Amino acid sequence: MSVKLLLAKAHVEGIRGFDVYRREGGYQSVEKALKQMNPESIVEEVKKSGLRGRGGAGFPAGMKWSFIAKPEGVPRHLVCNADESEPGTFKDRYLMEFIPHLLIEGLIVSSFALGSNDTYIYIRGEYAWIVDILEEAINEAKANGFLGKNILGTGFDCEIHVQRGAGAYICGEETALIESLEGKRGNPRIKPPFPAIQGVWQRPTVVNNVETLAAVVPIINMGGEEYAKIGVGRSTGTKLISACGNINKPGVYEIDMTISVEEFIYSDEYCGGIANGKKLKACIPGGSSVPILPANLLLKTAKGETRYMNYESLSDGGFATGSMMGSGGFIVLDEDQCIVRNTLSLARFYRHESCGQCSPCREGTGWMEKILHNIEYGKGKISDIDLLWDIQRKIEGNTICPLGDAAAWPVAAAIRHFRDEFEWHVNNPLEAQEKNYGLAHYADPIHVPVTA
Amino acid sequence: MAKFSEAQLAEFNRLVARYPEGKQKSALLPVLHLAQDSFDGWLSAETMDYVAELLNITPIEVYEVATFYSMYNTKPVGKYMFEVCQTGPCMLRGSDDIIAYIEKTLGIKPGETTPDGLFTLKTVECLGACGYAPMMQLGKHYREHLTKEKVDAIIDECRKSAGVLN
Repeated sequence: MSVKLLLAKAHVEGIRGFDVYRREGGYQSVEKALKQMNPESIVEEVKKSGLRGRGGAGFPAGMKWSFIAKPEGVPRHLVCNADESEPGTFKDRYLMEFIPHLLIEGLIVSSFALGSNDTYIYIRGEYAWIVDILEEAINEAKANGFLGKNILGTGFDCEIHVQRGAGAYICGEETALIESLEGKRGNPRIKPPFPAIQGVWQRPTVVNNVETLAAVVPIINMGGEEYAKIGVGRSTGTKLISACGNINKPGVYEIDMTISVEEFIYSDEYCGGIANGKKLKACIPGGSSVPILPANLLLKTAKGETRYMNYESLSDGGFATGSMMGSGGFIVLDEDQCIVRNTLSLARFYRHESCGQCSPCREGTGWMEKILHNIEYGKGKISDIDLLWDIQRKIEGNTICPLGDAAAWPVAAAIRHFRDEFEWHVNNPLEAQEKNYGLAHYADPIHVPVTA
Repeated sequence: MAKFSEAQLAEFNRLVARYPEGKQKSALLPVLHLAQDSFDGWLSAETMDYVAELLNITPIEVYEVATFYSMYNTKPVGKYMFEVCQTGPCMLRGSDDIIAYIEKTLGIKPGETTPDGLFTLKTVECLGACGYAPMMQLGKHYREHLTKEKVDAIIDECRKSAGVLN
């Protein structure tokens, strides 16, 4: 059993309400932080904890907090990124839906640490019913003196506002989110200036993911050093993984990052194995943007070592033979799935979600979708595969925000690892309309060269 | 031209009050949701002009936002909009079949509305319900683990609530 810090109480009956949450030990971190600590010491604990941003980039949260500018007389803001939109990712939704007070508690402590008197939760517009759940939790916290004026008599004032987005993946990018919060199109800003210097309304702003801010609660309760003992290496604490695709038990799991990928997929505690007795073909382990891996590179690294569910191990081998932890959106593909079709679906997603600001992304995502469509529907040429490779290379690194990279990586990885499946599609256009390439050799053990 | 009721105006004021003085434009997204919910599920040019006037911004600032975000409808839609997710994880669990079944059952393609004005089919990209796929959004809520039988039941449910079917 993994240690559970966030979801341990998520299924206690009535935990969505303040009274039960409080009875179960909720809001102790607010009392500790506001009465016994100061903002600097809270930032210090978060630094010590090694907590990395849970939205996908994995940037150390304490360091991000320490960047916030503190000009005299200028208000600062904490913004919670609840614009969860990365395909395969539904962990923040789960946390907000089942244990909303955990997020509110984390937000109060974090607002105190950053000096934010008006904190915003920017939630994707489609999660409309969760807005009601969060506003109810905010009202309860306020009625019990944990929000509003002079919280717990400490002189700290804080309000939390929930703002709905309106359907735009790009608003998960922090500067696009800030633009959207200002009532504009979600076009990412050129950095610098970074939000910590000039964010929402030109004021210093910190944007953190839901799970990151919820993790501040156990960090304050147990201390940063104790938190850092959980997990392994630079993958400290626990991580929420949302597992989906062709598995027996899709859902949200909290892991302490010491378990192997194989255990995560096949253990009944987690995914419960591949659905319908099928075989594992491939997996996108960290949300649709991260490289897809064939079964043989997923379960073991290119060096033949066991691959684990943590930041370092999932990225072992770089993009050549590894992937990324990303947002924790774990998408499993069984032997009946077609890599070309899956890649086309993701390419369509990124074309739809490109904000259109940078030419390589605006044009490139459309071209990739069209070419993949041709290959999938029997009209592809072998040269199209090289053209796809060329296009993704020209998008990556050439855009204002990481959406370009996010669109390029899935295409690159699909060609890198499944090139023969693409070639089979092109060479067998009629057959490819009737059946799939299947498992082929993608689960075969990889020969590991012995080096002296 | 349609205007907000007293209650809707109170909600409008609550939304605007969340932002600093002079930053009322920040309320634009929530106010457009309110307008869309209040005026038949879509945003006409008149509605957008009205929102611009209320927020004291130019109409183009509203148009550019309304056309950027996928949840705003700038054309009329049916009373019930089936927004079916078609992205990778849903596709792996059979969303293509669900979309095809709805097309066949209602006789409409994505983007179209039934002649009686009851149903609009819209294919959408990832709604964050990948573990409960295939799925659709219907109004404020998600309908998950869809099957053909569930789709039939949802269609009946909508017809009943519209008073077309008893």
